[in-house]
Amino acid sequence: MIEIRIHGRGGQGSVTMAELLAEAAFYGGKEAQAFPNFGVERRGAPVTAYVRIDSKPIRLRSQIYSPDYAIIQDASLLNDGKILADLKRGASVIINTSKKASELSLPKNLKIKTINASGLALEIIGKPIINTILLGAFAGSTGLIQLSGAEKAIKERFSAEIAEKNIAALRRGFEVINQN
Amino acid sequence: MKKILEGSRAIAETIKNIGVDVVSCYPITPQTHIVEDLAKFKADGEADYEYVRAESEFAAMSILVGASAAGARTYTATSSQGLLLMTEVLYNVAGMRLPIVMTDANRAISAPINIWNDQQDAVTVRDAGWIMLYGENNQEVCDLHVLAYKIAEACQIPVMVNLDGFVLTHTLETIEIIDSKSIKKYLPAFKPSEKLDPKDPLTFGAFATPKHYMEIRQELHDDVVASKKMIAKEMTSFKKYFGRKLSLVDYYGDKSADTVVVAMGSVLGTIKDAIDELKKSGKKVGVLKVSSLRPFPAEEIIKEIGNKKNVIVIDKSLSLGEEGILAGELKRSFYGNSKATITSVIMGLGGRDITKEMIKKAITQAGKSRNQAVFIGK
Repeated sequence: MIEIRIHGRGGQGSVTMAELLAEAAFYGGKEAQAFPNFGVERRGAPVTAYVRIDSKPIRLRSQIYSPDYAIIQDASLLNDGKILADLKRGASVIINTSKKASELSLPKNLKIKTINASGLALEIIGKPIINTILLGAFAGSTGLIQLSGAEKAIKERFSAEIAEKNIAALRRGFEVINQN
Repeated sequence: MKKILEGSRAIAETIKNIGVDVVSCYPITPQTHIVEDLAKFKADGEADYEYVRAESEFAAMSILVGASAAGARTYTATSSQGLLLMTEVLYNVAGMRLPIVMTDANRAISAPINIWNDQQDAVTVRDAGWIMLYGENNQEVCDLHVLAYKIAEACQIPVMVNLDGFVLTHTLETIEIIDSKSIKKYLPAFKPSEKLDPKDPLTFGAFATPKHYMEIRQELHDDVVASKKMIAKEMTSFKKYFGRKLSLVDYYGDKSADTVVVAMGSVLGTIKDAIDELKKSGKKVGVLKVSSLRPFPAEEIIKEIGNKKNVIVIDKSLSLGEEGILAGELKRSFYGNSKATITSVIMGLGGRDITKEMIKKAITQAGKSRNQAVFIGK
């Protein structure tokens, strides 16, 4: 079973991202589970969402404490040093930042990739909506979900016009992540 | 066809496909997404039920009393304080033999105020005369709703389908929603034997003097007892129609285990994963799912685990000053029927996360005969 944790801030769509990721995995023929760290959501406050992907039905209901993958939607969340402290050894992390991984002081035993998702989102969508950029980046760097599955998830959720922009964002994230 | 859906959405789609006539709701976390989705289906013209936005849960259930007595198939959903506010009406529903089906997205009770999951709300109305079912995952929860209407209408007893708030309502997972055509084959149109009709006036819930009240209450009691057979029969029939198993109790794990964990609801999944890990390290533990609190499947439980040495009951609810509700039910049932040592373990109150490690810690309580509940929160 693969466990993924998403860290963002209220308003960034961490829960939507977890759901899109699980849907993309499901459309790729896998079992998937997505759920938020249930709370009283407030704009700007730290939000956590979880995804599990497996080849067999998922029964486990606990939160995810040592994920295989983490997605950080807002790099300022790394400031307290706690978020990445409990990841599995060798876990892969994608961080939304304009900096390079080498410019960040982060734990050594992790595979860190960075992407300027906020910048790309402004360019493609015209708003700092970073989910689909990061979803593409996750697909591109891990291969756990395919673009086709992610595109289907986006089309199911959004109107045609919004889906089109988000699919463009998805593809850009997919291409860019392996260039950094 | 399998889909991936949020639990609340899956329930709402199932209710739409069941073909209810009247939905009356008042929103409360974590039930909200269910009633929002049902309102949306109505607004989008995808459903033709009457949707009544009530001014409170007391009103929501009272509206259903009128609708159900007039012969409508009815639905509502609630949680926590909302369920408690309904309490007076819940007793009336059962007493009037109205086959209302309600979802309770189980949540903690104030004070202190807490919006998260445990199972204290529903057990508080355990004795109201409702059938009370519990689902382990969203598939089972949706299937139990289809079953609930069949049982409610056949037994003339209301049914409450319980699922863990947030843990299931807000989780996206794979599920097969039964379409309305298939449901129609299994669940015929609701034809009440008696209903409110101006042309043929009747009174529901009329005054009963000491001469009659007791027999009427005993009749309801006898019918709740008898409903267990009907539920078991309909669960078997459900499998024939839809291919998925539903059962009053379900044993998982090594049959020869001395120790067994008993629970209701979504924590069963985590327990199963925990005991599979224990099995790898050579420790045999079983788990028994209980899907119905009322009627209580005492004989079925004893048949499955009455010969075990240690029984650990995990409850997300308790009778303050005593022990877990399910643990108490087991002790009562086991008296004179089993030599098992029953330990009441309280976990997950007010949304406290339950991990596999905590389950393993609970299992270490096996055989420790205590009269007081053990709380495991870390």
